Amino acid sequence: MAEPDDRVLHLAGIRKSYGSGEVESEILHGIDLTLRRGEFAALIGPSGSGKSTLLNLIGLLDRPTAGQLHIDGEDSGRLDDTGLTRLRGQRIGFVFQHHHLIPAFTAEENVAMPLLVARGRPDAEMFARAGRLLDQVGLADRKRHLANRLSGGQQQRVAIARALVTDPSLVLADEPTGNLDTHSADDVFALLREFNRRQHTTFLIVTHDPRLAARCDRIVELVDGRIVADRPPGPA
Amino acid sequence: MKTWLPFEWIAAVRFLREGRMQSLLIIVGVGVGVAVIVFMSALLSGLQANLIKRTLSSQAHITLLPPEEIARPQQATDATALRLQKQAQRLRAIDQWQTLRDRLETWPEIAAVSPVASGPAFAVRGEANKAITVVGIEPERYNRVISLAERLTAGQLRVGAGEAVIGIELARDLGAEVGDKLRLSAADGRSDTLTVTGLFDLGNKGVNARNVYVGLRTAQSLLDLVGGVSSIDLALHDLDLAEQLARRIAGEIGLTADSWIKTNAQFVTALTSQRVSSNVIRFFIALSVAFGIASVLVVSVIQRGKEIGILRAMGATQAQMRRIFLLQGGIVGFFGSLLGSALAWSFLMLWQLLARNPDGTPMFVIGVEPGLVALAAGGASLVGILSALLPARRAAQLDPVVAIRG
Ligand SMILES: Nc1ncnc2c1ncn2[C@@H]1O[C@H](COP(=O)(O)OP(=O)(O)OP(=O)(O)O)[C@@H](O)[C@H]1O
Ligand SMILES: [Mg+2]
Repeated sequence: MAEPDDRVLHLAGIRKSYGSGEVESEILHGIDLTLRRGEFAALIGPSGSGKSTLLNLIGLLDRPTAGQLHIDGEDSGRLDDTGLTRLRGQRIGFVFQHHHLIPAFTAEENVAMPLLVARGRPDAEMFARAGRLLDQVGLADRKRHLANRLSGGQQQRVAIARALVTDPSLVLADEPTGNLDTHSADDVFALLREFNRRQHTTFLIVTHDPRLAARCDRIVELVDGRIVADRPPGPA
Repeated sequence: MKTWLPFEWIAAVRFLREGRMQSLLIIVGVGVGVAVIVFMSALLSGLQANLIKRTLSSQAHITLLPPEEIARPQQATDATALRLQKQAQRLRAIDQWQTLRDRLETWPEIAAVSPVASGPAFAVRGEANKAITVVGIEPERYNRVISLAERLTAGQLRVGAGEAVIGIELARDLGAEVGDKLRLSAADGRSDTLTVTGLFDLGNKGVNARNVYVGLRTAQSLLDLVGGVSSIDLALHDLDLAEQLARRIAGEIGLTADSWIKTNAQFVTALTSQRVSSNVIRFFIALSVAFGIASVLVVSVIQRGKEIGILRAMGATQAQMRRIFLLQGGIVGFFGSLLGSALAWSFLMLWQLLARNPDGTPMFVIGVEPGLVALAAGGASLVGILSALLPARRAAQLDPVVAIRG
């Protein structure tokens, strides 16, 4: 159905263990997974099944113990820390559960942060872009507010704008609505979906909420460090 | 956001501003340390400069004397015995002193050259009789070595024929004032009667009681040194080079050259050990300031773990994280040093108000020089950066996964 270069993410035989020697315990036991451009996938599974561990590997925040991990065709195993950091900065956007904005900066500055980090100096273009994204997430009037002066739902919308500011290939969201009330959760989810439709950005979203998972294109289920199901939504 | 600042500077400044109380406390801590160091340095260099100035108020930086003659009674004939005896009695003189004077005046290190004919004599006035040193000078040249004119308490620096300038101690001992006459008598019955034209106070009791300044000619005839001088006094541009230069002169010209450093060896040693002990104290103050900065930054790295993790997830490199914390150390050091210099300046003003001579004049004038402030600012910034090395390393090596989860 799609060309090979359509693969934003490609995992083959990914394993991850913590500890070493006698106390070594393997959390992920050989994960194979491919995400194509424009996919909007949910990652579900019981607590402790390894969802966050997998997301951290995909996000290049951590290295697998074994297996291959390609982002946009680039083999992460060949990169050193600086190379991983660069690839991460260019291709991946993060949305965390606890919104994780930097309180010393304004909403606008937080959104522009990935560009600032990459370019090394502030410029007008990055703030224009941050401003447009804040408009799109409905926070046009909160641009100059310090991050910690915003409500939880507002902070998460800022975090989404930040994840998208570099125009990444893949956005990873670890329980992005886990800390929000139902109403805000729906808003935030709708925003993610909207960016996916408009820009064909690929999303991988960890969620415990079956209601939200059902609104994704694809549901990947992880149990005890193995993928046990990978299906479109609908009656299982 | 200031558009000309790089990312690391922006983040460092924001982090410091956000941790207001911590930043303020550590800057004050650095400031107190810097203040003590600057205050000590200014006080010590002021004190030492003052001591040296006092010591050198009646001394040349280098004094050239005739080469040491070794009496060698090779053949003990009557003639040599006679000559040996004569040598012992007569003042030794420097040959060709005019040529030498003109030659030394061309040396760039030498500020002034002053030939002197001096020797022992007695000053007699009425009943009073004092052992003194006749010092024959060329007043203009001499004044550039020892500022006699400035130190006059009465009269003028006039040492023409029949004129003499004497110290205030001697004036008191002899009951003489400007305009009075006194008689100088030297060996072999040579004597001269002179009018006192001025009184000086060189800040040294011995010198004030002993030295009688007269014209070079007058001294030469009194001391039987006709056409000769007994020593040449030098003033230098750089005091500290005196000993080196003295060796060079001795080597090149073949005279004995005594530098003030050698003639005041004990005094110079005392100054040096004072400086060494103050350096030790300053080093330990700087060390404790460094530990203070380091501990605050270590805590800050722990507190900001999550933010460091986020920035790393946003693509910030380890090097960027390291620089953010090194900069915080440097900035704290820099602002601490400004505060410290201001504090030191106030201490010094206060000290000058309190430390006064018995007559109410300030003991000596010291200030915080711009150079010292610049040095303190540079030094404290460097110490700040150095003390941030360890915290910055921790920040750079923080595992973003752990930081974000935590
Ligand atoms: N740094 C670590 N060292 C050792 N064990 C770890 C580490 N990180 C995670 N684990 C373990 O790995 C397993 C999977 O954890 P992970 O956080 O990936 O689960 P999860 O699916 O995200 O769970 P949740 O739904 O509760 O967020 C857990 O048993 C956890 O204790
Ligand atoms: Mg998790």
